[in-house]
Amino acid sequence: MNAVTAHKIRKTFPAKGKPTVALETISFEVGQGELFGIIGPDGAGKTTLFRILTTLMLADEGTASVDGLDVVKDFKEIRKRVGYMPGKFSLYPDLSVEENLRFFATLFSTSIEENYDLVKDIYVQIEKFKKRKAGALSGGMKQKLALSCALIHKPSVLFLDEPTTGVDAVSRKEFWELLRNLQGQGITIVVSTPYMDEASLCDRVALVQEGRIMDIDSPKGIVDKFGSTLWSVKADRMYELMKALREMEDVASCYPFGQEHHVVFKDETASPEKVKRSLMDQGFADFKFHPIEASIEDCFMKLMTSHNA
Amino acid sequence: MKQFTYFIKKEFFHVWRDKRTLLILFGMPLMQILVFGFALTNEVKNTKIGVLDNSKDETTRAIIEELESSRYFDIYRSLGSNADLEPAFRSGKIKLAVIFPENFQDQLHHGNKASIQLIGDATDPNIATTLINYATAVIMDYQRNMRGQPVYPYTINTEMRMLYNPQLKGSYNFVPGVMAMVLMLVCAMMTSISIVREKEMGTMEVILVSPIVPIRVVIAKMIPYFILSTVNIASILLLSVYVLDVPIQGNLALLVGLCLLFTVTVLALGLLISSVAGSQQVAMLISLMGLFLPTVMLSGFMFPVENMPIPLQVVSNLVPAKWFYYIVKNVMIKGLGFEHIWKETLILAGMTCFFMAVSLRKFKTRLE
Repeated sequence: MNAVTAHKIRKTFPAKGKPTVALETISFEVGQGELFGIIGPDGAGKTTLFRILTTLMLADEGTASVDGLDVVKDFKEIRKRVGYMPGKFSLYPDLSVEENLRFFATLFSTSIEENYDLVKDIYVQIEKFKKRKAGALSGGMKQKLALSCALIHKPSVLFLDEPTTGVDAVSRKEFWELLRNLQGQGITIVVSTPYMDEASLCDRVALVQEGRIMDIDSPKGIVDKFGSTLWSVKADRMYELMKALREMEDVASCYPFGQEHHVVFKDETASPEKVKRSLMDQGFADFKFHPIEASIEDCFMKLMTSHNA
Repeated sequence: MKQFTYFIKKEFFHVWRDKRTLLILFGMPLMQILVFGFALTNEVKNTKIGVLDNSKDETTRAIIEELESSRYFDIYRSLGSNADLEPAFRSGKIKLAVIFPENFQDQLHHGNKASIQLIGDATDPNIATTLINYATAVIMDYQRNMRGQPVYPYTINTEMRMLYNPQLKGSYNFVPGVMAMVLMLVCAMMTSISIVREKEMGTMEVILVSPIVPIRVVIAKMIPYFILSTVNIASILLLSVYVLDVPIQGNLALLVGLCLLFTVTVLALGLLISSVAGSQQVAMLISLMGLFLPTVMLSGFMFPVENMPIPLQVVSNLVPAKWFYYIVKNVMIKGLGFEHIWKETLILAGMTCFFMAVSLRKFKTRLE
């Protein structure tokens, strides 16, 4: 049995004139004990999807189940079994760390002591602040507390909506290590993130864009599907360089990526040397020109352009 | 059950830790009772009046003394001529002017007739009328004493008795009204805000994805405010008895019981507001415009309902505070028993059931 299934889920929101489509027939499955990532930019429909799966919203069409239970019919049972951490910080800022955790524990008719083992790894890091008000915690600490609260009732499936947004790089890394540990304890985790670099930390990912799933695969599988060679290009005047590259016949796509530009050529026969020479003729200098391995983000860009075209 | 009690405990934490909420909850009733009891009265007390004495004889001096010795007036003396009148009124130094003509005593003694001119500042017509009536009464009083005995053998005297409130104190009227207002604010506004705050903060989302029955969430939210309201009811009653000298004529248990019924009514209203409002500001606006204003304007506490145009009188029947005000006035001030107010109580109870039913129906187990 799959931990989570979604079958042709469609969701629209009423708007002036034409209703806004948030999700356009989404289908996927998450296996037991899997760490499943939903990767997509803001507005892709991630939060709506999470709300449908956690029984907070009803889909217009399609069916979904969590832990073998239907999200519409058995919503009460699902609410007992899942842990949900919404994207927005949703704890009580005027309650202390300990009071927050105790509140969510009693909400699920359990106690901190009963399931302490489960949250121990996370909670020890914030336990020294347990008398502090949750509103006075740092971003990373808040996330850890929220995760503890979502975990305290030993859920079988954990839904984390953008848990690392607005959290510093070190805390993000720690957070993902915590998720790995939880997965080791048999909890199925569905996590969404707008950060492409976090995709490689999941078992499988779904790339979502404008309410559609563009691809579902393991991070490696997605990268392998990239197909063409990716070139990293760097020169002295980066903006002009991008404009020049985009005008060239051989170039299929060129987009800025951190400090460099990533370039894909139209066919494999196109010679990078030729491109380099013509660029030099245009007066560019300090070239760095080498093939690199595609990342998830490159795959996302490629899928996005092919979708739009 | 443990789940439920911890939920209530949590609500108490919210209230205790928010200083502003605490201030509204406990400071406001105290302030309102004191402000309405002492400052905002339409009783006439120590009003400044001007006297223009063109005669300056024994009689005028005696009348002025009479006026001054009454607790209604304070005399503002510096009116030398008619020319001083206008500026004194304009600057608001006086509300009433008493003008004696020249040779007042002579006219009275020889012509058997003399006139005193009373000029009132009618920007507030009610106060002007009251002032003129009081001044006339003081002058009449003097006249009666001066004559010693009536000229005519037959006289009709009017004997007045003001029932239930012999001293005509404004606070008799205000205590029931303030009680309605305070309960309205504390219960309806505070509960609706606290529920909407959970929606706004996103904590409602997390609470919904838990086994707790949503309706218990709401009831757990109501209980602290219910308890705080009983504290307020007690403090208002104590203040009115011991500070404002408004006695409780009727049965105390009946009065408290009816106050608690009204508390539940407004709690239900607060719940109804929270199911409609999307943000704390909206909840606050609805409770102020939709509940507080009608309570003040249409309950009969500020303005008598009988004097309103018919459509407004009809609308006033929909205001729960009107019925509560009527009940409290009759039980607390007049000392009537339940047999005289059962109809109004029934209406209030009916409204409560209706609001509860509608708001429980409207309460969502999902986000939309």
